[in-house]
Amino acid sequence: MTEVSADTAAVSTVRGIVAGHGTFASGIISAVEQITGRGAQFVAISNTGLCLDDIQGTLAQALDSTGARVIFTDLPAGSCTMAVRRMIRERPGVLLVTGVNLSLLLDFAMQDHEDPVQALQSALDRGRASMVVHGAIPAVA
Amino acid sequence: MPIALYRIDDRLIHGQVVVGWGQPLELRFIVLVDDDVASSEWEQELYRMGVPPEMSVHFHTVDDAAERLADFDRNPQPGIVLVGDIGTMQRLVKAAPGHIRAVNVGGVHHSPGRTGRLRYVFLTGAEEAGLRAIESQGVEVTAQDVPTARAVPLNELLASSASA
Repeated sequence: MTEVSADTAAVSTVRGIVAGHGTFASGIISAVEQITGRGAQFVAISNTGLCLDDIQGTLAQALDSTGARVIFTDLPAGSCTMAVRRMIRERPGVLLVTGVNLSLLLDFAMQDHEDPVQALQSALDRGRASMVVHGAIPAVA
Repeated sequence: MPIALYRIDDRLIHGQVVVGWGQPLELRFIVLVDDDVASSEWEQELYRMGVPPEMSVHFHTVDDAAERLADFDRNPQPGIVLVGDIGTMQRLVKAAPGHIRAVNVGGVHHSPGRTGRLRYVFLTGAEEAGLRAIESQGVEVTAQDVPTARAVPLNELLASSASA
């Protein structure tokens, strides 16, 4: 089920599509909205209840109706990721980022004056750097 | 050791398989049985890149896989056999009589002509007959999307209803 219909997305404002399991996409976008007020840059897609062909169809519709060139997914082996990887064979210029997290998406959202593809590099750096352990992990015996 | 799971899942390799089942079963290989994927290098690469480094994926046609089921069982590491639709599993069961003892219906999603049985299982009449035919070969057929869920027996599955 599509969390936010691609049909209703404003073409001029959407810079990225977020796709994932359950309510992951709508949830992380709501966090971006809460923190920055820039959640409208994203369209959320969920794989819930969809077969692979329908996931692919929903994603294709979202890409075509928004003109977005960047797709973020939650899991490298997830069905949304598989569907996007199959799709982008036919769509040069569309980029897929797997394993998206909130820091990455926030940085991307804040660079709304940049081309979305150009904005990715620093956003990726920010996202990767955000995973930090505080405290000591016990050594494995 | 014997193949841990024979699964029907129209998403083939995805999160539920790699993480949901893969981690508790400590899966080290997946046998993906699909005649189309078996003939497409690109599709195979797509699926190979979707699994973690400790897991390997083997691609076979139905006939090829049926001949190799005993070999898979001799592998000392845990593995599963994965097909994308009921018809493929029906052919596999028929091609390897007596070999497959249990089949897991893990995901057959909504499409026109299918009736909702569970949140993740939608079936046409022909697909229901296919599952019955598999069961008639002495195979236990249950529906279960993830290991923590209850395995729903076929009779109960076919008597259930769910909406898309």
